[in-house]
Amino acid sequence: MHSSRLTRLSIHAFFVLLSLAMLLPLISVITTSLSSDVEIIRQGGYTLWPTSFHFDAYALIWKNPFQILGAYQVTILVTVIGTAVSVLITAGVAYTLARRDYRFRKGLSFFLFFTMLFSGGLVPFYILVAQVLNWRDTYFALIVPAVVNVWNIFLLRTNFQRIPIELIESAKMDGAREFTILFRVIVPVATPAIATIAVLTAFAYWNDWWLGLLFINKPDMAPLQLLLRNMLSNIEIILSRMRDMPLSLRVTNQVPTEAVRMAMCLIAAGPMLFAFPFFQKYFVKGLTVGAVKG
Amino acid sequence: MKRKPFPWELTLLALPALVLVLVFAYLPMFGIVMAFQNFDYQKGVLGSPFVGLSNFEFLFTTGAIWSVTATTLWLNLLFIVTGLIGSVVLALLLYELTGKKAIKVYQTVLVYPNFMSWIIASFMFVTFLNPRYGMLNQMIGALGGEAVAWYSEPAYWPFILALVSLWKGVGMGCLLYYAVLAGVERDYFEAAAIDGATKLQTIRHITLPFLYPTMTILLILAVGGIVRADFGLFYFVPQDSKALYPVTDVVDTYVFRALRNMNEPGMAAAAGLLQSSVGFLLVLGANAWARRIDRDTTLF
Repeated sequence: MHSSRLTRLSIHAFFVLLSLAMLLPLISVITTSLSSDVEIIRQGGYTLWPTSFHFDAYALIWKNPFQILGAYQVTILVTVIGTAVSVLITAGVAYTLARRDYRFRKGLSFFLFFTMLFSGGLVPFYILVAQVLNWRDTYFALIVPAVVNVWNIFLLRTNFQRIPIELIESAKMDGAREFTILFRVIVPVATPAIATIAVLTAFAYWNDWWLGLLFINKPDMAPLQLLLRNMLSNIEIILSRMRDMPLSLRVTNQVPTEAVRMAMCLIAAGPMLFAFPFFQKYFVKGLTVGAVKG
Repeated sequence: MKRKPFPWELTLLALPALVLVLVFAYLPMFGIVMAFQNFDYQKGVLGSPFVGLSNFEFLFTTGAIWSVTATTLWLNLLFIVTGLIGSVVLALLLYELTGKKAIKVYQTVLVYPNFMSWIIASFMFVTFLNPRYGMLNQMIGALGGEAVAWYSEPAYWPFILALVSLWKGVGMGCLLYYAVLAGVERDYFEAAAIDGATKLQTIRHITLPFLYPTMTILLILAVGGIVRADFGLFYFVPQDSKALYPVTDVVDTYVFRALRNMNEPGMAAAAGLLQSSVGFLLVLGANAWARRIDRDTTLF
């Protein structure tokens, strides 16, 4: 049964308005990045549509790319290594858990599940990583604590369990070892599920600021998100390090502080904005599959 | 009877995850003894002196724990209710539409904030809330009103936080409920129409019941996590402004500050332990509650 044309039209109108409202914060960031500070002050503030477009902020960043490139490098490295290691380790434990004939299956399940119910909290975790392991300002601190995600393990295990046991048994008859079975038999069949957890993990690493906030102090070890956060408060320091100001700015001595801030924000958010529409379905799948009791 | 050999290969496959969980989830659990210590970084967990319950005493007598807990609970409750209603209503509305392209576009727009980190979100909202340049104050000015110092006026923040939380989360919730509805045979709704049911009756008696299991599970998860606040929302969006602490300081930001700014690890650990314990009981309670409603919709 479908609603009448009129109802549908008004629902469309509602969604168009809602979409505009949702996009408003993004639009205002884009506009601000394209305006000059002089203009912002003259107009009395940020506007949704600039009276003229200035690319000074982007020019300035283009000529001083080291900071943002460094942050990109940290984030990309963390995301790639973290995701690869995480998927490998998650697939391993999920396969063991999916094997109904594994002797310690119940115990192992509970061992993992309990961490979803209770945690020692932030403080002991912080002391462990920062002091006991002494991982401050290292890639380890940004990668290792986030490698295992119990939710993803259960998601993958539930999926592996749907694979017919005959496949595993016939491989065993042929004398295959468990490692071979996992990588030659299970992984090819479960590629969609593995892709799902890979995407979830990669996005989590890319957007992570928590580990950076806790354990990174050295500016050149800061991932993208942390660089952005530091910019919110220390934009002047960052700008003072920039050289090669465009001529127009040198003459007026007007550094486009606000515009640079928002331009940096867009440069950091950009890859995510372009990538997420392609991976959207994985997130819904992650939610729905995960929400089923395992 | 022949004993089966030890499953070496399978155990080895599980081992890396096992070790990581042991180190990063279980070791910190033993670290909760810090809550009963006057923790000293030089002496570590093993060497710091025990001080009984004095960390807890401090938390309760200064009243700090009460105010941050109250803020955490009522704001989370506000987010749960607005989020649930918002997502379900949007999913129902979206389900009424037929154009595949339009639906896809709406979904993408609704869900994009979910992929923006809280830090990026805080940049976005500065353009609205900045007291000098922000668009909100400009609009107020244009209407002849008085500019508001948004980052130092606590009164507005419960509303702002609820709105920002909705902005970021409502799309994903809507997508989830929509996915459930999309899995239902259209026949059900057509049968209802033939029987002369009005739109609202159909929604109430047919559409919504399809969503109840998902709603229950998400509600259990949310209630179980009600003592945990979304750190990024409360720390970055209000720009860690001191004037806003009365309504934006939640357990998680309090613990973080006690650890990093006030340098009170013992007290921070005590607050964290309280949070974990209450959270633990709440998840168990919520699950038992769900089991009483419907045996099949429990989490575990």
